Amino acid sequence: MTGTREPLLTVEHVAVHFGGLVAIADMNFGVHSGEVLGLIGPNGAGKTTAFNVITGFLRPTKGEVRFKEVSLNGLKPHQVTSLGLVRTFQRTSVFQDNTVVGNVLIGLHRRGRATLLDTLLGLQRETESEQELKEEAWSILRLVGLERRAFDLASALPYGDQRLVGVALALAAQPTMLLLDEPVSGMNASETARFIKLLGLIREQGITILLVEHDMPMVMGVSDRIIVLNYGRIIAEGPPAEIQRNPEVIAAYLGHGARRVHHHA
Amino acid sequence: MRRAFALVFLAFLLTLPLWLQDPYLLHILITTGIFTIAAMSLNLLLGYTGQLSLGHVAFFGIGAYVSALTTLGFDVDIGPWTFVHEPWPVMAGFVLAVLISGLCGYLIGKLSFRVRGAYFVIVTISFAEVVRLVALNWVDLTQGPLALNNIPAFALSVPGLGEHTLWGKVPNYYLVLAVAVAAYILIKRLVGSRIGRAMVALKENESLAVSVGIDVTRYLVLAAIISAALAGAAGSLYAHYVKIIDPEIFLFIYTVTMVIMVVAGGKGTLAGPVVGGLIFGTLPVLLRSYLGPEFQWIFYGLFMIFIVFVLPQGIVPAVEQRLFPSTREPPPEALATVEPAKGEPQ
Amino acid sequence: MGQFLQHLVNTLILGGTYALLGIGLTLIFGIMRVVNFTHGELYAFGAYAVFALSMLLGANFFLALVLALLGGMALGALIEIVLLRPMRGADIDTTMLVMIGAWIIMQNLEMLTWGGVAKAVVTPFPEVPLVIGSVSVSYLRVFVLVMALVLIAATYFLINRTKLGKAMRATFQDADTAALMGVSINRIYTATFAIGSGLAAAAGALLGPVFLAFPTMGDLAALKSFAIVILGGLGSITGATIGGFILAFVEELGAGYVSSGYRDAMGFVIIILVLMFRPTGLFARAERIG
Repeated sequence: MTGTREPLLTVEHVAVHFGGLVAIADMNFGVHSGEVLGLIGPNGAGKTTAFNVITGFLRPTKGEVRFKEVSLNGLKPHQVTSLGLVRTFQRTSVFQDNTVVGNVLIGLHRRGRATLLDTLLGLQRETESEQELKEEAWSILRLVGLERRAFDLASALPYGDQRLVGVALALAAQPTMLLLDEPVSGMNASETARFIKLLGLIREQGITILLVEHDMPMVMGVSDRIIVLNYGRIIAEGPPAEIQRNPEVIAAYLGHGARRVHHHA
Repeated sequence: MRRAFALVFLAFLLTLPLWLQDPYLLHILITTGIFTIAAMSLNLLLGYTGQLSLGHVAFFGIGAYVSALTTLGFDVDIGPWTFVHEPWPVMAGFVLAVLISGLCGYLIGKLSFRVRGAYFVIVTISFAEVVRLVALNWVDLTQGPLALNNIPAFALSVPGLGEHTLWGKVPNYYLVLAVAVAAYILIKRLVGSRIGRAMVALKENESLAVSVGIDVTRYLVLAAIISAALAGAAGSLYAHYVKIIDPEIFLFIYTVTMVIMVVAGGKGTLAGPVVGGLIFGTLPVLLRSYLGPEFQWIFYGLFMIFIVFVLPQGIVPAVEQRLFPSTREPPPEALATVEPAKGEPQ
Repeated sequence: MGQFLQHLVNTLILGGTYALLGIGLTLIFGIMRVVNFTHGELYAFGAYAVFALSMLLGANFFLALVLALLGGMALGALIEIVLLRPMRGADIDTTMLVMIGAWIIMQNLEMLTWGGVAKAVVTPFPEVPLVIGSVSVSYLRVFVLVMALVLIAATYFLINRTKLGKAMRATFQDADTAALMGVSINRIYTATFAIGSGLAAAAGALLGPVFLAFPTMGDLAALKSFAIVILGGLGSITGATIGGFILAFVEELGAGYVSSGYRDAMGFVIIILVLMFRPTGLFARAERIG
């Protein structure tokens, strides 16, 4: 790496317009390797839109996203994932009709080594690859603490556990960087606490995290840095303590009435 | 448990010709077997990727025509050129049928999976109609409505043992059974693998599947290729068994028959198309002696609606739930052997 | 040149009825997300209804046309209430299976009722064609075109100028929101299906006397409707109108200059070209994926 190091993820002059509606005006930020960056803002501020643009689910009207110094413009979502940039979704994002371990196995898709021919002919490489995937699946399940629910249908799990399955699924896709979209929304206090611990473990593996979350204590607690979006613009950026005191941020949240900075979702 | 059941069933099928000598019944079983293979191939698309191919009979018919023409030979004028093809052995016809049907599956998949859903259904149904029109109008090649006659019987060439032509019902029965078992095993391996998981994943939640790096179009096209190739194999068997084919083979009603077999048996299950195939392969024969074909099709239509309303999952899942209520979703057997073992594999 | 003009005139006449077929199908798909496989059979129903009423029962030809249209609407409403209403909320594939079942049943009932021999309808129009320069066209065909245009205009009026049309458009945009705003979704769906079916039956009633009424006419009509609707974009009424005329034009030229055996394959050629170059159709909102 040379002198001025480019961040792991760079969002540069990104704008998204839906017809006449401006979802994101002009967004610029970088996420550095190893960091946990929180992306917050009132409802409709453009957070999920930003996620969709970064992960290739949505084409930006203008601007560019780079990951590991590679431009993501024009890449399909699965190609973005192959680069190591993996996302989760708001609400439940698991394969409901599959078992928990089945979900993780789906997530391990890119890890399989067997070719179509290996599979059809039942060659040794197929068996070996499947065995590896299963071992890998178990180690991910242990990491998120779901090994006892491995053979349950994902839809049969309590809500908090389903969110964990969603994270396990994303982890299985071998992220260098993980984008979590409101991971603790709808979780109770103990589930949230457990999730924060898991976030620490993920971090220890050297995975960079970009986090969208409404639960302010949680996001302030885990993030190294916070970016605040309002009406498609970044209105503040800095360490959590600074953000909490920023008058513009407080005004933005108060302006939306119901949601306060310290409001627990 | 399931494995034991499958083996007993296979043993039953293997020994069947030993005590069932009625050639008419054997004939019904052979055609049933051929349609069951086609239904299995349709199930790969419909059951596992969730794409409804309503032109599946096109791949079946293309397989039949390719195989027949390869073995009969033809000469065709295209513009200033004349193509002359001398007859080839049946095995070559079979292989070509599989390859060309698969190629057609690739083209249709490439074309329609960009938009999918209702589009795929409409493209496949129109494709079958066009293939029928070609078979009807390209008289030079296909003899049109006069049909291709005298298609040779299947002949197996075994190195060292020479060539064996399958004349009777019993050898044909075993041939169809062998291809059916092979198709079953191929599909079983496929859906139990990473590829099958990708297919099921994209059917259930496409965005989520994409987010873990599954290339949706690639797996849909792959499913279309394999499905079409297997249907082509069934078509080839059909051509060399009945020895005469005409453009009627492309009628929509045959696709409907395959769809009913899959939906009634249970789409997305391995045993579904087999059960559905057995029921709807033999049932019409029983009905036929009492009723005209229109009544048979009306019955099919009613049954289709009935199944969707009353038994949407199909027979196999319903029976399984009844028999093994606790193990609704039994863990994959192999998985249980990899219980949380700490430590690295040596 | 004269031949080309003749093809153009034929295109107009055929295109009008094709547009009716396309509008009926696209209306149902756009509002209900149902691929109506019975569409072609409703077209055949229209043709046979005119035959039965005017040839067997001796009714006035024009009265028979009106009754065929109304009968098609009633049959459509019946299908909607009996088969589709219980399936509300089911995914598009499941509804397709039910509609395929209905298609098979209707087609074979027709076969049983009317047999395999084609039926001809005698109309009150003179047999001698109208000749203008090098172009000749029968009075019946001119009447068919005029009626088709009247029905297309009536459909546009219904959708854009009436209360029912407004509710239909609201449902098209977003069924849930429309329901919250007090629109009775069941009534809208039944009305939509009845109107779409009525248009198909009208197309059959108009074309039946031009050609003949035969049992497989529904299959071809269904396939052509699909092509028209894909060409125009699933759910677009303007697209279906123009798509109807384009398909008629391509068929005319194909039959005239390539080979009449492949006339009915032209629809598929169109589908392929559209999917290759403009997958969402010429006038479409994209079908939502994923």
